[in-house]
Amino acid sequence: MDKIATLLRRPAAASILSLIGVLAVYVILGGVDLGQLFGAASWVNYAARIGIVAVPVGLLMISGEIDISIGAMIPAGAMTTAIISGHYGLPMIFGILGALVVGGLVGLFNGFLAVRTTVPTLIITLGTLVAMQGIVLAGSKLLTGAASVPLEAAPLAKALFGQLLFGGSHQVIILWWLLVALVFWFVMHQSKYGNWIFAIGGDRVSARNAGIPVDRITVLLFVLTSTSAAFVGMCHAIQFNSAQVSGGMNDIFNIIVSVVVGGVLLTGGFGSIPGVFVGTITFAIVNKGIDFTAIDRNWANLIIGLMLLIAVGMNETFRKKALSAAPKKRK
Amino acid sequence: MSAQPAIIELQNVDKSFGPIDVLMDISLKVHAGEVLCLLGDNGAGKSTLIKTLCGVYTPTRGKMLMDGKEVHFARPRDAQEAGISTVHQFGGTFPLMSIGRSFFVGVEPTKGWGPFKRFDRKTANAIAVQAVQDFGITRIDDGDRLVGGLSGGERQSLAIARAVHFGARVLILDEPTAALGVKQASHVLRIVNEAKKRGLAVIFITHQVMHALAVGDHFAVLIRGRLAANFMKGEKSREEITDLMAGGEDMATLEAQIAGADTELHSPAHARAAAKP
Repeated sequence: MDKIATLLRRPAAASILSLIGVLAVYVILGGVDLGQLFGAASWVNYAARIGIVAVPVGLLMISGEIDISIGAMIPAGAMTTAIISGHYGLPMIFGILGALVVGGLVGLFNGFLAVRTTVPTLIITLGTLVAMQGIVLAGSKLLTGAASVPLEAAPLAKALFGQLLFGGSHQVIILWWLLVALVFWFVMHQSKYGNWIFAIGGDRVSARNAGIPVDRITVLLFVLTSTSAAFVGMCHAIQFNSAQVSGGMNDIFNIIVSVVVGGVLLTGGFGSIPGVFVGTITFAIVNKGIDFTAIDRNWANLIIGLMLLIAVGMNETFRKKALSAAPKKRK
Repeated sequence: MSAQPAIIELQNVDKSFGPIDVLMDISLKVHAGEVLCLLGDNGAGKSTLIKTLCGVYTPTRGKMLMDGKEVHFARPRDAQEAGISTVHQFGGTFPLMSIGRSFFVGVEPTKGWGPFKRFDRKTANAIAVQAVQDFGITRIDDGDRLVGGLSGGERQSLAIARAVHFGARVLILDEPTAALGVKQASHVLRIVNEAKKRGLAVIFITHQVMHALAVGDHFAVLIRGRLAANFMKGEKSREEITDLMAGGEDMATLEAQIAGADTELHSPAHARAAAKP
């Protein structure tokens, strides 16, 4: 009982319970074959797509900020790669670096505004979201005359970023997702930098007074979210041999839902990478796994909405539990 | 005590914000092992004085000395490095972080090598718990507990223990007992006493005269930015101090007026506090 209570106080608790709940609904109401579901690639591919961005967004949200410009950065990354290497035919490396540089620059811009102004980052990144959509659409029309650009990736780039694993239907991007999650897990939960990020999310002023370079960390986190979104876009352009201006807009909310279901507190200071990881899986199973059930897929959004509300409710409860945890009795 | 120079000293310090003078001609000294109680009503300039001491503001005029040598703090970090540590009303810590983690924010102990340096949770927890227990708070024995789960007094104690652990020589306590119950407040007062015994110079800001009298060696009353009184323990009675804090007006007269004007009216909190024997 004590073990369970300790487990429930962890930030990942709500996401694990959500996952179990969703699977239970799918099995009981949808008659899903779990073996078939776990063997399927569709939801894992989707989880990887949103997961690579959800992990850094989770870090950013733990630090008390938010970035919604990621929604424009996925297509921006895809289009940059496709325009440089597809339309102009430059070597792949320029397309790949181009996408990452565009991501980095937008992240720097967001981060700079975030630390230099008192405007909430929701508004700042809403601005860059819309602005980047404009730049990507207008830029693409201007340079290529179209809103969709084909791309024939070189074999090495294809192998690294856009291939199917072992000739099956799992994409190589899944490995990138696992790598990103592992690296960020180490940074967040094992290194001292994770402590800094928790402290920034808990109380910026105290964190600064304790000698933490709050502004530099904040800018860095914005660069990471934005660059990771551009990275996902780049991978997709290589995977599907083309890039569209409109792709990736839904991802903003899907990514933020995954992070919140993963137990990250919107006000900052609390959350975990394992939680975000499980939250992403849960979201992907709801969204793509519904095809394996007898349930009409149009219900998926209802489930996601309910799950979000329940998860947020659970997060609140668990946070209170964590705070009120009584000291262990001696003797 | 006065053979050695004071750990911290202000000489004729003024602080103005544009045309507004907030602090005027403040001179104070605090020696090692001494508790200075800084009393004052709201708006008397207490917070400005604290912020000047801990490097948030620089004095407009006047000098600040540590160990007899003049010092200048451009930012809070400078003051901290000189050994001035401030603990705020709510502990200034991070409610959703564990005791061990919050104790070491910014100075995390690590183990391991190169890019794989890890935060040493065990060491951090052990040191943090030990530091708090040394101050007599034995209820804290698990470094993984979240700070937000501690009582107000325990949080203050943790923050004070942290400051002392990291080598603070001057401890500024900003109304540490204001939000606490009687029992919790007495905990904190005991810890203030312990810090004093360890030779720290303590500046204790409060508007609760009872708490000030319990631990103070030396009292300063701030009224509208000026030092209205500066006296040692036992030189003034509780009533005199309360009257001073209220701006020199006689509290007893004020109370009589209130009581006479409307007996139905609840007396304000400060009048009630003053009415207690």
